[in-house]
Amino acid sequence: MSDVVCGLLKLLERLGAGTRKAVARLGFASRFFIAVLRHTPTAFLRLPLTLREIYFAGVLSLVIILMSGLFVGMVLGLQGYDILNRYGSSEALGTMVTLSLVRELGPVVAALLFAGRAGSAITAEIGLMKTTEQLLAMDLMAVDPLARVVAPKFWGGVISMPFLAALFSAAGVFGGYLVGVQLIGLDSGAYWSNMQAAVDFRIDIVNGFIKSVVFGVIVTWIAVFEGYDTKPTAEGVSSATTRTVVESSLAVLAADFVLTVFMFRGV
Amino acid sequence: MPLPSPVPDDAASLTDVTFGYTPSRPVLSGISMRIPRGKVVAIMGGSGCGKTTVLRLLAGQVKPSAGKVVVNGQSVADLNKGGLYALRRRMGFLFQFGALFTDMSVFDNVAFPLREHTDLPEPLIRDLVLMKLNAVGLRGAAHLETAELSGGMARRVALARAIALDPLLMMYDEPFTGLDPISLGVVSQLIRRLNDALGITSVLVTHDMYQSFNIADYVYFVSAGGIIAEGTPAAIRASDDPFVRQFVNGEDDGPVPLHVKAPPLAEDFLGRQGV
Repeated sequence: MSDVVCGLLKLLERLGAGTRKAVARLGFASRFFIAVLRHTPTAFLRLPLTLREIYFAGVLSLVIILMSGLFVGMVLGLQGYDILNRYGSSEALGTMVTLSLVRELGPVVAALLFAGRAGSAITAEIGLMKTTEQLLAMDLMAVDPLARVVAPKFWGGVISMPFLAALFSAAGVFGGYLVGVQLIGLDSGAYWSNMQAAVDFRIDIVNGFIKSVVFGVIVTWIAVFEGYDTKPTAEGVSSATTRTVVESSLAVLAADFVLTVFMFRGV
Repeated sequence: MPLPSPVPDDAASLTDVTFGYTPSRPVLSGISMRIPRGKVVAIMGGSGCGKTTVLRLLAGQVKPSAGKVVVNGQSVADLNKGGLYALRRRMGFLFQFGALFTDMSVFDNVAFPLREHTDLPEPLIRDLVLMKLNAVGLRGAAHLETAELSGGMARRVALARAIALDPLLMMYDEPFTGLDPISLGVVSQLIRRLNDALGITSVLVTHDMYQSFNIADYVYFVSAGGIIAEGTPAAIRASDDPFVRQFVNGEDDGPVPLHVKAPPLAEDFLGRQGV
């Protein structure tokens, strides 16, 4: 009996320690986030630093984003036609493909791809800079690494994300057009005009844009934090990179649900 | 013979400094040191004895739990971030493996502190960078990427970067580790020559006796968190302190035991199973 009690107590102890550690880390991540925001002026006053990060996080992600968007749009075209055709409304394919992309798939899938492509690279770069004492060297040269390295990377990611999501959606709409109009033979005019009539700028485009900005903040925040907080070893950098992809993917999906609840209930 | 108490003109000093990364295990206990202006001071001792911690205290990276660390007349622990950064602009730090920025060329690495802390026009920065690189013999390597450098060259580029802003105090963390004999000689002579030519003060943390005895004006031996011997290299060589003798002669056993504290052999091999 006492063994069972002891076991339970140990379990509780471990649970408590784990919870405390998680809460402490979340607190540290929040303070880190505020510190990065405080260095925002540096990121914008020294624009070349942020533009360089936009290039690395945004421009270099273009190929994967455009290709994925195209394929997702093509799959949506095929699946959408199959389903809509059962109800005799295949001419609504353009509307379905576009609304799916602009409201959900564009921001969400682009953010997931962004986490895998750019988020992991940001974590690995900052983590390696820490491991090889480059961040410390900067600090000892009286140059704040948060201002010089982290803030430009953070804003570079946040600025890139909405553009990537928009381009993902555009490529997807074109993919849907290729399948629906060019392959299946739907009327081109119906595809585009139904889409234009059904998509509302404020409800669909603006909300999709807000989602992509929020996802950009989440993914880049996690990426820079994990890099900065990495254990300065090869194993530490590798697990920090993995954590960035896992945590930011889950956070994006959870945040998407919360945002969707507020944006699209009853619409 | 120990140096007298700190004088206001010292480049840096530690007075009764106690520090530990965890409160239960102090790394330094009541340590006092003087770094006289214009001198090369070597801090020596075995691995993990707290040598590098002295540099961290001088740079304000960590704060002492007791005692006072003074650099250029300012108490480092009492400075806010702005004050500390202002002081660090007058310090140079050479890392064990250089810590060069891997996404920049040799030229940009040396130009980094100048571009960050001055508004000098680019042509002037170019001239200054080439002068610093020339001082370490690497003007011809300005265009190279850091990945193309050997260990010794990387250390010299890092040295050029560290002296870019003409520091008051140069700190070297194990500058001789992993260098071939030629690079070793080059780096050690550079430390001495730059110290004298630029009128700076140097603190050298190392366990390379031969090189540091050649260039240092004064040596502190640190062990178990305290100073166990100090003096000029000649005085240290003549010392009969058992620890200094063990260190100088490279003996495997002595005051620093070969074996880590462990239970008796019989207990480990014949008694309990597992470690």
